Amino acid sequence: MASRSPLLAALMRLPPPAPVLMAGSHLLTRLGRKMAGRHPGMIARLGPEAGKRLLLDATDLPALILLQAEPLSLRLFPRRAAAPPSDAQITGNLAAFLAMLHGESDGDALFFSGELSISGDTSAVLALRNALDDAEIDLAAEFAALFRAPETVVRRLAVVAGPRLGLSLTRMEALP
Amino acid sequence: MMELVCPAGTPAALRTAVEAGAHAVYCGFADETNARNFPGLNFSRAEMAEGVAHAHARGAKVLVAINTFPRAGDADLWHRAIDDAAGAGADAVILADMGLLDYARRAQPQLRRHLSVQAAASNADAINFYAREFGVKRVVLPRVLTVAEIDEINREITVETEAFVFGGLCVMAEGRCSLSSWTTGLSPNMNGVCSPASHVSYETTPEGQDARLGGVLIHRTPAGGPAPYPTICKGAFTSPDGAGGRQTGHIFEDPVSLDATFLIPMLQKAGVRALKIEGRQRSRAYVAQVVRTFRAAVEAADRGAEMPVGALAKLTEGQASTTGSYAKIWR
Amino acid sequence: MDLTIGPNAFLWETDVVRGFYRDLAATPAARVVIGEWVCSKRLPLWQAAILDAVEALLAAGKEVAISSLALVTLPMERQMTRDLFDMGLPVEIADLTALESLPQGHPFWVAPVVNVYNEGTLDWLARKGATRICLPPELPLSSVAVLARAGRERGVAVEVWGHGKAPLAISARCYHARLHDRPKNACMFVCGEDPHGRAVETLEGDGFLTVNGVQTMGFAVTTAARQIAALREAGVSALRLSPQPGDFAALVGAWDSALAGGGDGLLDELRRIMPEDAFADGFLDGKPGMAAAG
Repeated sequence: MASRSPLLAALMRLPPPAPVLMAGSHLLTRLGRKMAGRHPGMIARLGPEAGKRLLLDATDLPALILLQAEPLSLRLFPRRAAAPPSDAQITGNLAAFLAMLHGESDGDALFFSGELSISGDTSAVLALRNALDDAEIDLAAEFAALFRAPETVVRRLAVVAGPRLGLSLTRMEALP
Repeated sequence: MMELVCPAGTPAALRTAVEAGAHAVYCGFADETNARNFPGLNFSRAEMAEGVAHAHARGAKVLVAINTFPRAGDADLWHRAIDDAAGAGADAVILADMGLLDYARRAQPQLRRHLSVQAAASNADAINFYAREFGVKRVVLPRVLTVAEIDEINREITVETEAFVFGGLCVMAEGRCSLSSWTTGLSPNMNGVCSPASHVSYETTPEGQDARLGGVLIHRTPAGGPAPYPTICKGAFTSPDGAGGRQTGHIFEDPVSLDATFLIPMLQKAGVRALKIEGRQRSRAYVAQVVRTFRAAVEAADRGAEMPVGALAKLTEGQASTTGSYAKIWR
Repeated sequence: MDLTIGPNAFLWETDVVRGFYRDLAATPAARVVIGEWVCSKRLPLWQAAILDAVEALLAAGKEVAISSLALVTLPMERQMTRDLFDMGLPVEIADLTALESLPQGHPFWVAPVVNVYNEGTLDWLARKGATRICLPPELPLSSVAVLARAGRERGVAVEVWGHGKAPLAISARCYHARLHDRPKNACMFVCGEDPHGRAVETLEGDGFLTVNGVQTMGFAVTTAARQIAALREAGVSALRLSPQPGDFAALVGAWDSALAGGGDGLLDELRRIMPEDAFADGFLDGKPGMAAAG
């Protein structure tokens, strides 16, 4: 994987101002709702775990993400402040999260190697991992759907940009 | 060619396994009837029927694991699973319980029956007994046998044998282990879970991470070090020897998993009909890589070519592997 | 409800075995299962004591059955299993392998390490000729009640694990040999050094499991002392006591008195007789088996 660009890394380190966090939370929640609509089986698969709050700590992002499937919300929290209350916590770098989301890395393998660690309610973490894995999420396609942009164009962009950023931005296994 | 039997915890994993070259996929319903009853995993009735149709359209089989032991007074759930597997068009059911085998033979006689590893039929007498009494056509061999013993067994039986070649390794005879219920109250046999996630807790300490199962400390992993599943048989413990000394470490087994790739030609020679990959709880990323690698290995074995080795280390627990009981030295 | 004494799980000196069964003959136990069920390698070391013990027990009016091995893989072990039926005693099957050589009409009992979890299986075993079944220790009371009723309807006596380190797992690998850095085929019978098994503690120093050769047991002794009334109510026909070192005859006596009375104070009495032991009783309550009794 290519290394992260220094400019991006520097930007990532800046503490995000509150309006940015609010806008980001709003955008992520809209994206989440769109995904849930496009993958109706996903929330059902979470079963009794759907109400749990999961704190996603991508260590190279400036904010923490608190995810809840029911009612669906994704909220950003500043890293410097006290972490919001949550049922389970998943920690790893952004590349690991995205590779897992796109079916490139196996969650258990990331856990065995120490690249991903979990604490709190292990059932909630497993349920989320399994539900996302079954949904075959493609982040580029989800963003395209959200913004009503042509999917093939957005995914082609993701294919080019992903390696430069060292991140998996689209499902390579499902490329046309 | 030997049949490659691959795990699927979700419909997406089933499609991935078929795409990657699985000859057969095994999976289960989303309840206590199967031994991977984990959160977010397994198939609804509709998903099972779709999965079977998808696999059949591409020439692959679907085997439905109904391999826990029905709860007394509550066998309906298990009986329905057998009936629904037949209804979905499954190629076989994988069963362990005697009562359930008896039910399947009577209620769905046309449905092929495989004996689950959870029945731990570990010799030719036991296998012949299950074959005669319940008409099982294939036996999944428990992970207590050497390759030489498997060879001997296959000379004395007429049914097919299936052997695990990759993935999580039960150290104890399968289906005969209550370590999980001793510690958590939930067991593979009764609830379809070993070391259930609901009873696992991870705690970050100054030294690294503690993994607990039902409150019992199972592992201490140094920060950033390789972490195993919190199963008891691969935990770290200490044992006083009664003379003032003590042994500390992995008293049952190290956190390793099974990789018998290089034994595939020997297993083929020993008459094994099918090779099984463990891991219904794993992602489609795991399924894709492991199935592709083993399909190539099975084809290579068929040609008499060399086995590819070591390609999957990163996917294994503890990132280390063993050939387990297949080599006598393991005992 | 009466008392069955299970087969000894541990490797003891032959003289100790002889003394044990001599004393046992004088206890109020109704029946005794004897034989090697854990490791085939051990049998030649103590089998000379078996015939004498059987004779003494029969003379004392006990029912006696002989146990098969729990895990059969070697040709020699298959032969051992077949030979059991020539002894003229009921056989307690600890693995289905034994049923392959069951002569027509030969009565058999079923050991707690055979997976009898439901009426379907009990029913099937009854049709094969099972007359007595000791249920797996991990079963909760709710399952025990259903199975005891099914057993009564089919003329099968249903037993429950009453006392002893519960058998939790069996393996091809010998953990005793592994602890001593020896291969299994050169174990030099190190399990014989630990007549009540070898303790396995957590890294925090709590007793957790017991290693007994290829078998893994609980560290605490699993006891049904607190649940006697409930088991009687459920229609259980016998409780199984598993042999252990110490004054076992006194232990049998305490259980016998408890069955005759209400069972109050039995746990305290057991603690007095076996002061070294910890006691657990979670399984019957549907809790973790290791949950402390009392």
